Amino acid sequence: MWKWLHPYAKTEKTYWLCQTLLPWFSVLGLVALITGAIWALAFSPADYQQGDSYRIFHIHVPSAILSKSLYMGMAIAAFVGLVWQVKTAFMSMMAIAAVGAVVTFVSLVTGSAWGKPMWGTWWEWDARMTSQLVLLFLFFGVMSLYKSFEDKQQASKAAGVMAIVGIINLPIIHYSVEWWNTLHQGATLMKLDKPSMPLEMLLPFFVSLVGWSSACGAIVLLRIQNEILRREMKRPWVIALAQQNVTQSNTATK
Amino acid sequence: MNGLGALLRRDLSLAYRQRAELMQPLLFFILVITLFPLGVGPEPNTLKMIGPGVIWVAAILSSLLGLERLFRDDFQDGSLEQLILSGVPLAAAALVKVFVHWLTSILPLIIISPLLALFLHLTEPMYWALVFTLLIGTPILSLIGAIAVGLTVGLNRGGVLLALLLLPVFIPLLIFATSAVESASMQLQYSGQLAIIGAMFLFSLALAPFAIAYALRVSQT
Repeated sequence: MWKWLHPYAKTEKTYWLCQTLLPWFSVLGLVALITGAIWALAFSPADYQQGDSYRIFHIHVPSAILSKSLYMGMAIAAFVGLVWQVKTAFMSMMAIAAVGAVVTFVSLVTGSAWGKPMWGTWWEWDARMTSQLVLLFLFFGVMSLYKSFEDKQQASKAAGVMAIVGIINLPIIHYSVEWWNTLHQGATLMKLDKPSMPLEMLLPFFVSLVGWSSACGAIVLLRIQNEILRREMKRPWVIALAQQNVTQSNTATK
Repeated sequence: MNGLGALLRRDLSLAYRQRAELMQPLLFFILVITLFPLGVGPEPNTLKMIGPGVIWVAAILSSLLGLERLFRDDFQDGSLEQLILSGVPLAAAALVKVFVHWLTSILPLIIISPLLALFLHLTEPMYWALVFTLLIGTPILSLIGAIAVGLTVGLNRGGVLLALLLLPVFIPLLIFATSAVESASMQLQYSGQLAIIGAMFLFSLALAPFAIAYALRVSQT
């Protein structure tokens, strides 16, 4: 397996791997997002209690699930980068960080928009919402630490350490917040029991989950490619690639 | 061992000679707490309710202020580089520096805390719970904080970034500490919360020195 993985420490190999994977992820993401959205909005039945407003579920829950997975992915990339000194792992770490922050933000905004009609409030210091907010700040912390260094090598290592400190803390934060909340107000109307969903609701949810994951994957791949091109600007293969693109667009315009 | 002892003595005497600078986080701590009765009103029951949280938040903020100077001077005059090259295990040296920092800039906060408990009308059991949580909890602030300080020491504008990095990480500590004091105010047992804070302390004591050492090496290159 090492023999198979090792070439991807080289930026050029990783660039072409991203290039081959990108169409698959983008097409799958696009198709699944569109079908999921149409299915969830138009065809799946309305909730008996929450009516139509439950349909935001199909955006809210995938983004909430993904936000945690993306943080996990970022921390794994950071770990790989720190332990094996793999430059491309750091690049994927930073590629994931921004996407993760956006997804976390989406989950917070949609949660808030869902909370208003259901619970009658935009924000409640509920355990999940609070830990999601903290997650957003952890993403911001890693990103701003990375941005504050001039030297990108040093920046990656520093941000990697912070990402790992965050991932160790994340479960502690999650459980402490949950515990704090139950201490304060117990299970009140906030306790949204996981409804055993009928299949017609569950299927579009899975489709949108697949759509969200693939779309995020596609964006991450694109960001990795961009980062590689930006950092390896002076390498011969990047220059050759750029020249090839220029000649192609020239012939196309002619 | 000898090197570490020398480092301990050096840091302590340095701290002693910079007494004025060490006073600043302490004064900040007292001032922040003074602002709260002025802001929310002097009603004793309100103050008693928010008191533990206010004291803990103020302690976290002033420890952030003090943390900034943990490695800064050593980094700027090059003695940090000498420390890395000296052959003393860097993790142990970092632990010594963190210990001195805790001793000189956080212990005073705990010593002054009876006064603040009076300001905020805390009852006696609440006060004891507060002191216990501060004694076990503040070393966590120094240990985890030192990782981020090590990472940002090379940057000139560390202050706000440090807060952004560290405050989310300190949330569990704040929750457990204030809930211990709250339990004490209701005459309940709070040994559970103390045990969790103690576990977090031991965990960070075991791992943080290595992370600090790594962070310092990253900053030095």
